[in-house]
Amino acid sequence: MKILDVDRIYADNNATTPVDPKVKMEMLPYLEDRFGNPNSLHTTGREARKAVEEARQKVAEMLNCKAKEIIFTSSATESNNHAIKGTAFARKNEGKHIITSKIEHKCVLEACGWLEEQGFEITYLDVDKEGYLSVEDIEEELREDTVLVSIMMANNEVGTIQPINKLARIVHEKSNAYFHTDMAQCPGKMDVDVENLGVDMATINAHKMYGPKGIGALYKGQDVEIDPLLHGGGQEEGERSGTENVPYIVGFGKACELAQKNQEKDRLEKMHQKFVEDVCARIEKVVINGPLSPRLPGNTNMSFIGVEGEALVLRLDNHGIDVATGSACSSDELKASHVLEALDKGPEVAHSSLRISFGRFNTMDDVDAVVEALEKEVDDLRSITAMDEKGKIGD
Amino acid sequence: MYTEKVMEHFKNPRNMGEIEDPDVTSKVGNPACGDMMNIYLRVGEKNNEKYIEDIKFKTFGCASAIATSSVTTELAMGKTLDEAEEIEEEDIAEELGGLPKIKMHCSNLSANGLHEAIYQYKKKEGMEISEDLERKHKIAQKTLEKTEEMRQEHGLNED
Repeated sequence: MKILDVDRIYADNNATTPVDPKVKMEMLPYLEDRFGNPNSLHTTGREARKAVEEARQKVAEMLNCKAKEIIFTSSATESNNHAIKGTAFARKNEGKHIITSKIEHKCVLEACGWLEEQGFEITYLDVDKEGYLSVEDIEEELREDTVLVSIMMANNEVGTIQPINKLARIVHEKSNAYFHTDMAQCPGKMDVDVENLGVDMATINAHKMYGPKGIGALYKGQDVEIDPLLHGGGQEEGERSGTENVPYIVGFGKACELAQKNQEKDRLEKMHQKFVEDVCARIEKVVINGPLSPRLPGNTNMSFIGVEGEALVLRLDNHGIDVATGSACSSDELKASHVLEALDKGPEVAHSSLRISFGRFNTMDDVDAVVEALEKEVDDLRSITAMDEKGKIGD
Repeated sequence: MYTEKVMEHFKNPRNMGEIEDPDVTSKVGNPACGDMMNIYLRVGEKNNEKYIEDIKFKTFGCASAIATSSVTTELAMGKTLDEAEEIEEEDIAEELGGLPKIKMHCSNLSANGLHEAIYQYKKKEGMEISEDLERKHKIAQKTLEKTEEMRQEHGLNED
């Protein structure tokens, strides 16, 4: 199915996804006649309120929680900041220790880093070469003053899926800490039932699941108490002030409804499998980053030794193919991705990494086209590379 | 972010590959920093002056590293060694219509590679090596070791 009116293959769905046309249709009236403020008393306002609450119900159904346990935010970044800083502020008299991992999204790491400056103590857990945390490590690090453990469910770069259910159970058994998980990549692809997972808080957003950018949500169990980040008119039960972003909330609700109906795990896993098999059959010296399986459905991360990632992204761009890299050259700080560094597979792997993430609107033809273009460009860039297969300067 | 000329050189690099049996080869950069470059030179002589008869490169690096390598070989081709020694990173960046600030170290590396090749040749042939070339050789050697310093020198510590 062709969603974008451009002749390109979009295979960067872990960065963002196109807005599903069904989501867009649902949003449009709220950008037109139904512009009301849900906090107004009049009919126009009440109409908007109804739309917001219906959307909240849809988000809650997807997560299997109560509607009142959903707080709408501007993004996964805000949801993560809210969960982390909100817990830190609310529980600072109980303890100032937080546990997270080295491969969290930057918004988690930066929020934690800022809290360190405010006198909190953060433990950043190591991961192994496939990106897995050790359950024993968490157990060892839990302390009396640990107030929060925040671990992402599926890594956005290398696709590693952590055993959230098990981790949450251990944290609850051994401590009084809240357990928060960033599961922005997961809806529609994995089980996001917060009751099954046993988490206290969970982050999602719309634009990784075929909804619009600029809208996210935080699931917060009804017994979980955290401080708000935004103070004001008391919207979202005082948890997050600011007039509700009605059209985006409506779109988010629709996106959750579609994700629930349309589990794409099997289809995306088949695409990943075919992609990896074809690439490995046709191209030599390929390193798979993250686990082979199971992993975040649709996510593939591989390094083509001797080929720098940014160069490969831009060469594929010429073929009309959109993918991503964790190479240092593609970042503003000229540092390789912190996730690939944490996996500790060496600089030659980090600089050569390519993330290909297929999604709802990709087809098997897209897989073939990406493999075809990759083979050509990897071959070409290898013919001019100064690096041999060991990552040393070649002769 | 890149100029059209950068993209053009990146898509169709000039003088890429190796020279069979080169007079000299230089290597700069290292895998930790994500940029590595080899320069291959064949040196000729006309009017009693040594000149670059052929120059080729192999580069591991981003679009900008490949484009700067390519344009460096173009700038150096046919020049006398003394002239080519004077090709600086600014000349390379300018030839490409500019580089993003964060990518200036790429033009640096290409200049390092060229200077190092000339240094190696002059040393091998027992030719006189200027103070400036000696300094450039030391900078080129540094790129083999530590990348953190290089990153800081050539981009990140600048305002």
